[in-house]
Amino acid sequence: MALLSKKDANLIKDPLADNNPITIQVLGICSALAITAELKASVVMAIAVMFVLGVGNVVISAMRNIIPSKIRIIVQLIVVATLVIVVDQVLKAFAYPLSKTLSVFVGLIITNCIIMGRFEAFALGNGLWRSFLDGIGNSLGYGIILVIVGFFRELLGSGTLFGFPVLGDPIEKTGLYSIGYENNGFMIIPPAALIVVGIIIWVQRSRNPALVEEN
Amino acid sequence: MAINTDKNVYTVVFASVMVVVVGSILAFLATGLSGRINENMRFEKQQNILYAMGVNENADEGSVNFVPTDEVESEFSQYITEQIVIKGDEVVENKEAYLIDMKKQLALAKKGQTPELPLFIGEKEGKKFYVIPMYGKGLWDDIWGYIALDSEMVVQGVFFDHKGETPGLGANINQRYFMDDFSGESIMDGTKYAGINVAKGNNDPLNNDKDDNEVDALAGATITGNGVAAMIKETVNLYKDYLQTIRTN
Repeated sequence: MALLSKKDANLIKDPLADNNPITIQVLGICSALAITAELKASVVMAIAVMFVLGVGNVVISAMRNIIPSKIRIIVQLIVVATLVIVVDQVLKAFAYPLSKTLSVFVGLIITNCIIMGRFEAFALGNGLWRSFLDGIGNSLGYGIILVIVGFFRELLGSGTLFGFPVLGDPIEKTGLYSIGYENNGFMIIPPAALIVVGIIIWVQRSRNPALVEEN
Repeated sequence: MAINTDKNVYTVVFASVMVVVVGSILAFLATGLSGRINENMRFEKQQNILYAMGVNENADEGSVNFVPTDEVESEFSQYITEQIVIKGDEVVENKEAYLIDMKKQLALAKKGQTPELPLFIGEKEGKKFYVIPMYGKGLWDDIWGYIALDSEMVVQGVFFDHKGETPGLGANINQRYFMDDFSGESIMDGTKYAGINVAKGNNDPLNNDKDDNEVDALAGATITGNGVAAMIKETVNLYKDYLQTIRTN
């Protein structure tokens, strides 16, 4: 990437693999379990978090020298909550159907520990541009896991992708269903997401043993 | 100049300024946008009512398509011939009955007071529809909807929506494959106003049996489904005195 220095580029690249917020930092697990039953929700959530984390990181970074350390967590919380409410209100006024889709995510974004985690760990100690990159990188890393989990859960649980039937019709018994295949109802309930995330963590650590923690 | 951000005075001042700034931003935004937001909500109600009585742009592919926002007002006045409010034995016409908040009315009914119950009478292709608004509780938050009946108390169409049900599970109550199942079901069981149950394992996933007061539930959304069934039952119960006067079978 010629656009970014090597150090800056790593801010984007690291969270995608060796410092992934979900599989390595184990942040943002709750929303990863809650909304990954379908691919569309995963993508929407990833984009929403990218916006909030990108902008929020910049705001916190801009205020980093004047935030009183005693109440910094409260300040961070207010910044996230304000951002999310502003976005929600603007969407309600100008893109109503989209805001209906997003409404359920609003609460989940505010409580997403990745956001508070990055504010606390990065934006409070770094400049605007680097904080912005860190926000985008971490939300991409979060998003990619969401999409992978959403892909498998929707495919195996409902036989669809983005709502389109890709394996045939389970009721009319066409496609794969005609040879006896059945949807796995377990995949659409949240514990299945935990198992899928677990498998991802396993695959990732067996490919790169350096990530395995020493006891 | 370095500021000592650890001082108590500074902390208090910072917190106060922050509250004022954030408060003003949100207040400014809320008042500035409330006109547009209210209008969007009004259109949405009209779209939902029309959707339940079958005035929509649904095609075969299975997604929910409302009447477009810019046409909804004229379509609404065209198809909804009468809006009435039922208060005890009193029935009055009210052009803005669709704006009545069902949540408040249900709360009144629970307290033993007489609620004001809106009902929309629509006409499409010579057939009369009675559209009733509903309100209830899902797993996480409120759910609501509209149910369109004909004079034989057979469901002609429904619309459900929710505030915060789980995406991919309970949130699917606003999908065609769930809502379409209700059409053709009767809310009557003999002469009893029974409502419609959202049943698990009724061995009728295609919903061929239209006389069983049951539709097939959504997998993984038991509580939301039960909420839908309870909501229909409660609503039908509230309206049954009036429904009795229009029932023809």
